[in-house]
Amino acid sequence: MKRAISFLLSAVMLFTVAAAFSSCGSSGEEKAVLRVYNWGEYISDGSEDSLDVIEAFEEEYNVEVIYDIYATNEEMYTKIKSGAVDYDIVIPSDYMISRMIEEDMLEKLNFDNIPNAQYIMDDFKNTDYDPNGEYSVPYTWGTVGIVYNKTMVSEVPDSWNALWDEQYAGNILMFSNSRDAFGIAQKLLGYSQNTTDEAEIRACADLLKEQKSVLQTYVMDEIFDKMEIGEAALAPYYAGDAVTMMAENEDLNFVVPNEGSNVFIDAMCVVKGSEQKELAEKFINFMCETEIGKANIEYICYSTPLQNVYNALDEETKNNPIIYPDEELLSRCESFVNLPEETNLLIQDLWNEIIVE
Amino acid sequence: MRKARFFPKIYIVLSLLFLYAPIFVLIAFSFNESKSRAYFTGFTFKWYKELVQNEAIMSALFNSLLIAFLSSIIATVMGTIAAIGINSLSRRKRGFVMNLTYIPVLNPEIVTGISMMLLFVFFKQLMDLPLGFYSLLISHVTFCLPYPILNVLPKLRQMDPSLYEAALDLGCPPLQSFFKVVVPQILSGIVSGFLMSFTYSLDDFVITYFTSGSGFSMLPVTIYSMVRKKVNPQINALSAIIFLLVLALLIGMNIAEAKKAKKE
Repeated sequence: MKRAISFLLSAVMLFTVAAAFSSCGSSGEEKAVLRVYNWGEYISDGSEDSLDVIEAFEEEYNVEVIYDIYATNEEMYTKIKSGAVDYDIVIPSDYMISRMIEEDMLEKLNFDNIPNAQYIMDDFKNTDYDPNGEYSVPYTWGTVGIVYNKTMVSEVPDSWNALWDEQYAGNILMFSNSRDAFGIAQKLLGYSQNTTDEAEIRACADLLKEQKSVLQTYVMDEIFDKMEIGEAALAPYYAGDAVTMMAENEDLNFVVPNEGSNVFIDAMCVVKGSEQKELAEKFINFMCETEIGKANIEYICYSTPLQNVYNALDEETKNNPIIYPDEELLSRCESFVNLPEETNLLIQDLWNEIIVE
Repeated sequence: MRKARFFPKIYIVLSLLFLYAPIFVLIAFSFNESKSRAYFTGFTFKWYKELVQNEAIMSALFNSLLIAFLSSIIATVMGTIAAIGINSLSRRKRGFVMNLTYIPVLNPEIVTGISMMLLFVFFKQLMDLPLGFYSLLISHVTFCLPYPILNVLPKLRQMDPSLYEAALDLGCPPLQSFFKVVVPQILSGIVSGFLMSFTYSLDDFVITYFTSGSGFSMLPVTIYSMVRKKVNPQINALSAIIFLLVLALLIGMNIAEAKKAKKE
């Protein structure tokens, strides 16, 4: 026993010494440090022979990048707002960007350092969340639609009504996050996805409550397994991920319902008070380089808002109507903007009621 | 020994299956060639290879192990000393201190997490001390501390106090008699307190989530952050390795104990 304990203790000592050394090694060279906060699995990281984007940036600019990941916009917002963490770069979605702009949490970008911003497609230049395009450079975008199994449905589910259809009872999956779920109900009832009208929101909540009787369950990433294995017939999800699922199971297809849908944009921003603002802008520029952008888009499978990256993609991807839908479809889509606090709270309360009941 | 009847045997097999089936499925899919968690398309070691090359996951694993080791050692030392102090208190005082000890165990983790975060943010603004290694270590020691106390205290109460007094009577200095007489008798409590702290620290999510800073990520938070996109099969590979290591450790401990019992 004694031996075991002394062994354990010495192992710990070694561990600590090693840790101390490794931290010394990196600080010894006095490299500039850039701190990036991104979604998980949202950058080409060198796995499966892809390009390691972070490493490439570190080498090109001789800097050190601290790279951390988050799972939701709200998680990222809470962490930064609390003051517990300092990051230079964040990549929030549309509505979160407008919230952060309103709360003065983002820096205006100096576009002299981001010449590649010239490649941003016109559709993504003057967006609702960042009207003058001063705070953000778009990274990815995509639509929300219905992933369905062709062998399990009687007709193409081109209306959100399909997610309420009795004949598919027990075979329907639904978003487990409130904003996306309410967005679907809002489109079905013909409301704006950014409505602040309490009666409209309550009507959506009633509709979502009704849906519960035909649902199998509420999901996020479990949807990949359930759809690939044929355990469910219908599920709303993001277009790029639908393509990933379709590669695994050829019975699957994707459609954006006629009532219209949501189009999300994730964009790169610099956090207020960043000590490396110029380097952060160079990083954003680097992410927009053709080769880098292409590697990222191929890894993530979402759509690119950059013309140069789009041009470099293979023909099959470029012509895929799921990833790059036509103007007509996009004109039926809406993107989220930030809602006032009381609307957010109302939605959250109603959503909790729906989930718990 | 009487032969076990048919039903109890089946029951045991079913219960074990219920416990272990998810882990076996997870291990099986760590060898799956495609990224799918639904179909098995072929056998491969590539996820293991990529796991070793994945700097983000490996550094998160290293950080988690480092924090788990350090915090459980510190908590065990502090907890053992505290237990000895508590044991020699009068009955009423002991009751009071024990209730204080139970609070961190019973308190919802999220309350501990947020209050610690507020404390660290306060320090950060006061002394420009960013959250990271130190804040995680302190918070992990904090929530681990009750476990060594709760494990060591019963051992101390079982112990005959006159043994320690006898050692003193025979001229052994207090510190030496503590190590030679007291520690061997409470060692099993210390070890189980250490192991409990270690496991709690390794898989804690909530408190870690709130008290981590930038640039020092821990494994549970890193894995959680992958849920928007599909969780990478490298995580399956990592879980398989951790499972096998724990299994090997348990088997090793059992063999060592069996050998010891034979000797006696």
